[in-house]
Amino acid sequence: MNKRILLATTVALTTTGAAVLADEIRVLNWQGYGTDEDWAISAFTEATGHTVVHEYFNSEQEMLTKLRTNPGAYDVVLINAAFTPQAQAEGLIGPVDSSMVANFSDVPENLAANPDLNAGGALHGMPWTWGLTSFAVNTNEFNEMPTSIEVFWDTAHEGKVSIRDDALEAVQFAAIATGQDINDILDLDAIEAKLAELMPQIKTYWGSENDWNQFMAAGDLDVATFWSGSASRSMASGLPVQFIVPDEGAIGWLDGLSIPTSSTKKEAAHAFINWMIDPEFYVKWAESGAPASANAKAAAALPDDAFNKRVLGDPAVVARVQFQRPVSDENRERYLELWQGLKAAQ
Amino acid sequence: MSTVLARQNRLKIVSLLSPAYIWLTVAIFLPLSAMLYFSFLSDVPFGDAEWHYTSENYQAFFQTSTYATLLWKSIKLGLTVTVISVLVGFPCAYVLAKAIKGKSREALFLLVILPFWSNSLVRIFCWAIVLRGNGVLELGLNAILPFEVDVNLMFSTPAIVIGLVHSYLPYVILTSYLALQAIDDNLIDAARSMGANKLTILWRVILPLSLPGLLAGAVLIFVPVVGSFMEPRILGGRVGTYFGTVIEDQFVAVFNWPLGAALSFILLAVVLVILATASPALRRAQT
Repeated sequence: MNKRILLATTVALTTTGAAVLADEIRVLNWQGYGTDEDWAISAFTEATGHTVVHEYFNSEQEMLTKLRTNPGAYDVVLINAAFTPQAQAEGLIGPVDSSMVANFSDVPENLAANPDLNAGGALHGMPWTWGLTSFAVNTNEFNEMPTSIEVFWDTAHEGKVSIRDDALEAVQFAAIATGQDINDILDLDAIEAKLAELMPQIKTYWGSENDWNQFMAAGDLDVATFWSGSASRSMASGLPVQFIVPDEGAIGWLDGLSIPTSSTKKEAAHAFINWMIDPEFYVKWAESGAPASANAKAAAALPDDAFNKRVLGDPAVVARVQFQRPVSDENRERYLELWQGLKAAQ
Repeated sequence: MSTVLARQNRLKIVSLLSPAYIWLTVAIFLPLSAMLYFSFLSDVPFGDAEWHYTSENYQAFFQTSTYATLLWKSIKLGLTVTVISVLVGFPCAYVLAKAIKGKSREALFLLVILPFWSNSLVRIFCWAIVLRGNGVLELGLNAILPFEVDVNLMFSTPAIVIGLVHSYLPYVILTSYLALQAIDDNLIDAARSMGANKLTILWRVILPLSLPGLLAGAVLIFVPVVGSFMEPRILGGRVGTYFGTVIEDQFVAVFNWPLGAALSFILLAVVLVILATASPALRRAQT
């Protein structure tokens, strides 16, 4: 009897306690990128009492502008690691207290210690998801899957090659092909020469995932650069394609969850970040197509045939990835000029 | 009395003309001046980004040969498409105006205008389906011809020209048709009665009289084709980089609106110079 009263009081206390602490947190992210999954938010509200409201951005520049112009409006923001140092330097985001994020212990050291997420000497972005920019091939055209990026320059595939129409991606792709560090390109002339050699091979440039799928389905392409998340969706939809991470390596990107300095609901924000890197959330999200998780336990919890486990879960693959670092405006302009010059010469 | 009348007249003129001028101001003058203003800034003045006035965007055009190469490529494309459109469109207009009468003319006219009623992007994607290897054109030809042909025009300059000619052909047909219809048939009969053969009639009577319409159509085609970006991008693939696509990139991909605006005004200036240089010749042709 006593026990039951005690239990009832505890339940009553915890419920009121949760109600008292309940906050509404505002999350800034790309639309449809995980944090705004309805089932995840309602489960989070049920468990913690905090409610979640979303706002979206369409480019990194827009995200930074929103943080600058609306102090106090956001509690959690998604920032690509290449932009975290800039946000930190401008004082837009504050450190994430990893002791308040229980799942942080399952984030492997190489991601947790990422220099960009640890801008300013402290963790400013909780590693959340990552992915690759590499290439995929049409499996009908290859008896044996290529293992080298040189397949793009193989004249057997002349006029059946595509890369994305993006200066930074093109230059970094050529940096990998010429054995350079994508974040510290020393020989830009070699990259220009390599890309100039690639141009006659190219049938067309692609712009969006949808473009890519159409060109592949029509048989226009044998081999084309592609993003790992998009490749998993294309393969799932039945296109005869295979994602390849060549021996030379691949471009990696890493997204982190950060907390703006101006947030007044830091506790709820930490709770939400913990919720988002939880294996349970990730496994369910991955069913509908998600990038790779930064949480090792979450990645391990995927079914064995899942793309993110089969391809990106291989430590040998991860070792070949070069993660994108911030790019200076000056370099961005140089790359753009190089790429436009090459395109204009066609 | 006369001052009252004058005032009433002025009122009438103002009230009748104001819709047109308001429309011109809102739809053309304001956006153009905003773009002109942008073209002299160092950065887009959104948020609290820092910016100052500069002419660097115009200097950028001359710093590399890229832009000049592409502009020349675009002008050549404009000329090609205009010449082909005139060669195809003028005979069409002549047949419509002089050879066909009654109901069938209306039906044919409808067919000419019909593409105008569909979205231009849809038209270009339709061409992509037709021109691609193993596409509608290749399958159709192979079904008819006794031998196998391999037609893959997709992602090439001919594909761009075909798509653009199809998009802009109705302009030259419509303007030429109006000019040709206004020619009195008696003039042609008179020429014939004086022993002129068909070629002479075309060269000495019909062509000079319909030239204003023909030239109006040609200008209507040349100007937008020089700045076109959507057709080259979709149909051109690797060779589809033109001055228009570079401007589009500045606005859509790189978010360098000031440079995009400056390049647009350079294009506008070059087109105006071309038209101004050609105008004495055009005027002589019309008289």
